[in-house]
Amino acid sequence: MRLTTITAAVTLVAGVAVAETVAPGDVQFTEYGEVTQSLTGQPGDAERGKTVFSSRSKGNCVACHAVAQLADVPFHGEVGPELTWTGEVRSAEELRGIVANAKMMFEGTVMPAFYKTTGFTRPGDGYTGKAAAGDLAPILTAQEIEDVVAFLLTLQEG
Amino acid sequence: MKFKALTAVAALLAAPLAYAGGPDDDTLVVNEEVEMATKVAAPAHMSDTGIDTIMSGWHFRTDETQSLQMDDFENPSMIFVDQAVDYFETVDGTEGKSCASCHESVEEFAGLSATMPKMIDGKLTTMEDLLNSHRAEAMGAEPWKWSSAEMQALVALIGLQSRGMPMNVAIDGDAAPYWEQGKEMYYTRYGQLELSCANCHEENYGNFIRADHLSQGQINGFPTYRLKQAKLISRHNRFRGCIRDTRGETFAEGSDEFRALELYVASRGNGLSVETPAVRQ
Repeated sequence: MRLTTITAAVTLVAGVAVAETVAPGDVQFTEYGEVTQSLTGQPGDAERGKTVFSSRSKGNCVACHAVAQLADVPFHGEVGPELTWTGEVRSAEELRGIVANAKMMFEGTVMPAFYKTTGFTRPGDGYTGKAAAGDLAPILTAQEIEDVVAFLLTLQEG
Repeated sequence: MKFKALTAVAALLAAPLAYAGGPDDDTLVVNEEVEMATKVAAPAHMSDTGIDTIMSGWHFRTDETQSLQMDDFENPSMIFVDQAVDYFETVDGTEGKSCASCHESVEEFAGLSATMPKMIDGKLTTMEDLLNSHRAEAMGAEPWKWSSAEMQALVALIGLQSRGMPMNVAIDGDAAPYWEQGKEMYYTRYGQLELSCANCHEENYGNFIRADHLSQGQINGFPTYRLKQAKLISRHNRFRGCIRDTRGETFAEGSDEFRALELYVASRGNGLSVETPAVRQ
């Protein structure tokens, strides 16, 4: 009985450790701007990632990036590179780093950082034009980042 | 399978390319008589920007929107400009005066808007400032709000007197520090999206962000009739909208910051014809 309880507790602790979310300020980037560790410990869901990528209220990635596989989504942008083949040329670690904070890999890039909460000039309260009331939430959650990375990895020709 | 995928890719590639390609090559002639300089060599101060030709925002709009600006009978701004002719003659304030009490005709302001904003009595002064100071001092009237219908209609009417003349704002002398301030703002990456004016309007003009065709962000056509908002839009209102869209805390219309930004952005259009009142999306 006692032993079982301890075993259960140990299992629980182990489970929590694996599933712990990495806070925006704690993300570790490699010298090339990759993020090797999953932000949630949970696998990304490519279908959900597709929604995050396409939705104006989420990542709205399609505002700047064209993707041939998203034929049903109108108005693909041109500001960033086309991502139709990105799953063939980029690793999960690279993509996670780019989505979390692309400036760590590409200095001066126009691309916003989707998992960052500090260091902004005149941060606002969403799209109201007013000052932010408190600390900002990142644009995407840790799991949404993982989902987008999973979606991006599916972008391969053929 | 492979063939199908390639076809799909080709079709999708063709779609964005069909509407891409930067500015068009059309010529803007208003009322079949006034030809506008809509593409000219960039002013000397822009030598380090990578832009050698400055272009009117007109080149980035659809043919339908473009045509609205080519005929004053179709230009929806003109309803408001007509109202401004009335405001010009309307007595207001404690002194019992209208604009027309001192100014014989609005035509005497030909050329003025091409040089605004400018330093007057040591202050960087926009057309809105000039109108409100005259309302206060000559008329004893209450100031108009920056983006009020009356204010922007009259700014547009006075701007119209310079239509076709080249923008020519001074950036030297006592204007220099304000110009420097505006330039610094232009390159500051505001808000949670960390976007500067330059990120979109210098590095990416001609590209689409979603369905928006990015222009160089010129203000030589302001106040401009914006189809989206169905009214005349002030320069500061547009600045405000852009900073808001960075998920940033914006500056107020009529703030010193936006005066400085207005001077800097206007100077990036030096040489383009005044198009006021333009029509945009």
